[in-house]
Formats: sequence, structure tokens, C-alpha cells
Amino acid sequence: MKKSKLTFWLFVIPLLIPFLMVVIWPAINGIYYSLTDWNGIGKDATFIGLDNYVKVLTNDAGFFSAFRFTTIFAVVCIAIINVMGFCLALLVTQKLKGVTFMRGAFFVPNLIGGVLLGFIWQFIFVQGFEAIGKFTGIEGLSGWLSDTKTASIGLVIVVVWQLSGYMMLIYVAQLQNIPQSLIEAAQIDGASALRRLISITLPLMRPAFTIGIFLTLSHTFKLYDQNLTLTDGDPYGSTEMVALNIYNTAFDFDRFGEAQAKAVIFLIVVIIISSVQLYLGKRKEIEM
Amino acid sequence: MNKSKIVHIFLFVLGCLLALFYLSPMFILVNNSFKSLKEIYLNVLALPSKMNFINYTTALEKLNYGESFINSLCITVTSVILLILLSSMAAWVMVRFKTKASTMLFMFFTSALLIPFQCVMLPLVRFMDKLGLMNRPGIVFMYIGFGASMSLLLFHGFIKNIPEELDEAAAIDGANPFQIYYMIILPLLKPIAVTVAILNTMWIWNDFLLPSLMINKQGWQTLPLKTYSFFGQFSKRWDLATAGLIMVILPVIIFYLICQKHIVKSITDGAIK
Repeated sequence: MKKSKLTFWLFVIPLLIPFLMVVIWPAINGIYYSLTDWNGIGKDATFIGLDNYVKVLTNDAGFFSAFRFTTIFAVVCIAIINVMGFCLALLVTQKLKGVTFMRGAFFVPNLIGGVLLGFIWQFIFVQGFEAIGKFTGIEGLSGWLSDTKTASIGLVIVVVWQLSGYMMLIYVAQLQNIPQSLIEAAQIDGASALRRLISITLPLMRPAFTIGIFLTLSHTFKLYDQNLTLTDGDPYGSTEMVALNIYNTAFDFDRFGEAQAKAVIFLIVVIIISSVQLYLGKRKEIEM
Repeated sequence: MNKSKIVHIFLFVLGCLLALFYLSPMFILVNNSFKSLKEIYLNVLALPSKMNFINYTTALEKLNYGESFINSLCITVTSVILLILLSSMAAWVMVRFKTKASTMLFMFFTSALLIPFQCVMLPLVRFMDKLGLMNRPGIVFMYIGFGASMSLLLFHGFIKNIPEELDEAAAIDGANPFQIYYMIILPLLKPIAVTVAILNTMWIWNDFLLPSLMINKQGWQTLPLKTYSFFGQFSKRWDLATAGLIMVILPVIIFYLICQKHIVKSITDGAIK
């Protein structure tokens, strides 16, 4: 094939144009807007330097608490989702009857959109838990979403329900890659099931764990839909996460410039976390 | 032998219980979708006194189900087909042309995966408003932009393993680049195209924030949008809400039952990349 520059650009441009217009140009624009007093979608913006950043970083308790809540939430979720996902993967790779059904049951919540997940669980927490509470006499089960602590736990439950099946699939794929001969050799040497899990399976699962943690982190850190429809930040903004905080700053208070400054800070944090993780993940793989 | 059998049975029971536990929110939802509001408030866990489909017919109407479903379907299908075509074309030349520009461009596309949506959201609304793209064709255009990086990455990885000799043989026979792409390369991409299609479908079908910013108008709403406004309208009407939720979830469950194998493969393929 004659490799002309024209051919190259003819094939690339149909994808490049939407990409530049939808992602890159707004991203560049966004950095500029974060330095302005922009206060409404159609309105003009004048340059005001770093004022928005100063305001957000020194004088916005809501943003700080949203960031703190998001971080704690992400850490808790990453731990639970990946442990659950791995245990489910171990379970469904056993030679049992009905594993296809089990796999389906664990995975299906992942296909349901975030908005629906929030509404489904709103019903379960508000109506279902109340009924179970009445039935069993446990008082703590009523008013689940109106208490700061239980509302955050509720959000964790929803996300674990959604993502543990997703992680299960990833870990199942990796488990099936482990050569059976290794396991059998250890078995002949008299290693117990637990010993085999700790000494053979777990170390060989490392690359999959890196992927799993990365995926759960990016899902939970940027969570928006479930947050909106389950609690909408309530009670008293205690469950408001960063994405929701940015949205509300812009559309509830018309402070677009400030919202954009928050978004840029968010981007920087995401880039830092991702590079640290990529670096740590790579280093561990080399050690193996 | 005996001991392993006990373990076996124990694991089986554990698995079944867990699976039922995972499905229990759905059971509760289905169960209550047949009740009257009074019955729901009385006891969520009790079975409905009689099978009552009135909630479903009312919810169907209030959700404008047919219209929202068609909106969702058209937007998703068009975006996915265009994404597959455009990103596989770009990926093919990016693999075959080993120039500096080609490598740089590929890195440019993939590094954009890190940008959170919140970062482009506000300027995007302003920009698309100016261009008059806040409509259904406009949102397809936006999905192509947002889906480009991931789709390109998946196709790029796959095309790397297709031998270049195939292209060259076709070129010797006198085929031009478009013919080579369309007749030689595209048919070979079927497995990865299925993966790209499923991953993008799952995301676009369920997406809420982008359509809520761009096409939140009567008659244009997608299923997630309509569900959201439906809930705002009937916030305490759990009889309608449960039936509505079931109907919105149903297409997804059917999709899973039909494409189970492909979905499982796509998820693992997509994660490894």
C-alpha cells in the first residue's frame, strides 16, 4: 500500500474532529474559564486570575468535606469490592452445579444504570428496611437514609452490589489463566487448599488486582448518578461527593468559574493518583 | 473423598444463598409492583393480595415508555455503529503508519481517558449550545467524541496482530486503501468490534448526565432521563415507581440473557487493555 500522508489523515480525521471538539477544546477552555468570573452558561466571562482557586481552597467547607467523603468512600469501596469480587470469583470457578446462574446473579446489577440503582435502593432502604425493622424489632433499620452514618453505608452497599460482580468477571478470567499443573504439583507435595491459595493463586493474581483496584478507584472516585438518586448529598450535604458538588456549584449557585476551578483541581488529583498507581503496579509486576 | 463432598455441598448452598441475596432487591421490587400503594405501606414483604397490572399500564403511560425507549435505542445504536467504523479506520492507519505523528496522535487520544467528565462538562454545554448541537444528532456526535479513546485503544491492540502482508497482497492486486480497509480489514475485526459494541452500549444506554445537560426536552428524553423526571413527579408513589423501574430494567436483563457470552468476554477484554 502506498503510504501517503493524505490516506493517513483521511482515515483519522472523522474520529479526530468529534474528539477535538467534544473533549480537547472544552478541556482547554475549561482551564481558561476556571480563571474567570463566569456565572451563567450563555454569559460573558472576564479574567480574574487565580481568585476562584483561592476561594475554593481557602473558603469552601463544602468542597473540602466532599473531597474527604469521596476519598474515604473510595477507599472503603475499593477494599470491600475487590475482596468480595475475588471471593465470588473463587466460588464460581469451583466445579459446582448452577455456577452460570450464580455468575449471572452476581453480575447483572452491573448492567443497570446508576440512576436506576439509586432509585431501586431508595425503595429498599426506605420501605424495605423499615418493614424488616418492624418485623424483627431492630429499630436501627428505619430512617436509613436520613442518618449521616447509615446513609453513607447505604451508598457503599449500592456500589458494592453494582461493582463486585464486575470485579468477579475480571478475577475469573485471571484465575482461569493460572496453569492447572502448578496447582496439581503443589497438591502432590501435600499443600493444603489454604496454602495453595496463599502461595500460588494470590501471587499470580497480582496483575489482575492492579487492574481491579484501578477500575474500582476510577468508578468510585468519579461517582455521580448513584449519589444523585440515592441521597442527593443528604442529610445536610454529608454524603455529597466531588462530582455532585461541582455540578451543584455550577447549576444551583450559578458559580460556573468556581465550579470549573474545582473541576481542574479534581483533574489534577485524578492524574496524580493514576500515575502513582500505574507506577506502583508496574514495579510490583517486575518484582514477580 | 467424603470430606471433599461435604465442602462441595457447603459451597453450593453458600453460592445459591449469596445469589438469592444479590437478587433479593429485584424480588422485592417485582413483588411490590403488583400491589396498591396502601398495601406497600402496610407491609413491603407480604405477597400481593391479587395480581394487579394497573401499576404497569399507568407507569408505561407516564414514562412515555415507547417514545423514551426508541430515543434511547436510536441514540445508542447510531453512536455505537459510528464509533466502530470511525475508530477502527483511525486505529488501522495508526497501526500501519509508523511515523512520529501517528504515535503522538495515539498517545494524545489515550491520555484523554484520564479527563473526568466534570472537567469538560460546563464548557461543553456552552460550546454545543453555540453550535446548535443540543439535540439528538448532536448527542450522537458527542458520544463519538467521548467514546473515541477507549474504542481506538481496543481496535489498536487488535489490529497490531493482523499481519501487514494481507494489506500488501491486496495492494498488489490493485486495491486502494478504502477497498483494503473495507474488504480485508473490517471483516477481520468482528471479535473486537463485538467487544467495542457491548462496552459502548452499556455505557451509552445508561448514561444520564450528558443527556440531562443536552437533550432534556419533552419528546427527546432517553429512558434514564425520563425515569429521573418520573421520580421527581411521583416521589412517594412507590406503586408506580416499582413497576416503572422493573420496566426500565427489563431490556437490560433481556440483553444480558441474549448476549451473556459476549458480555463476559467484552468485560474481561476491556479491562485488560
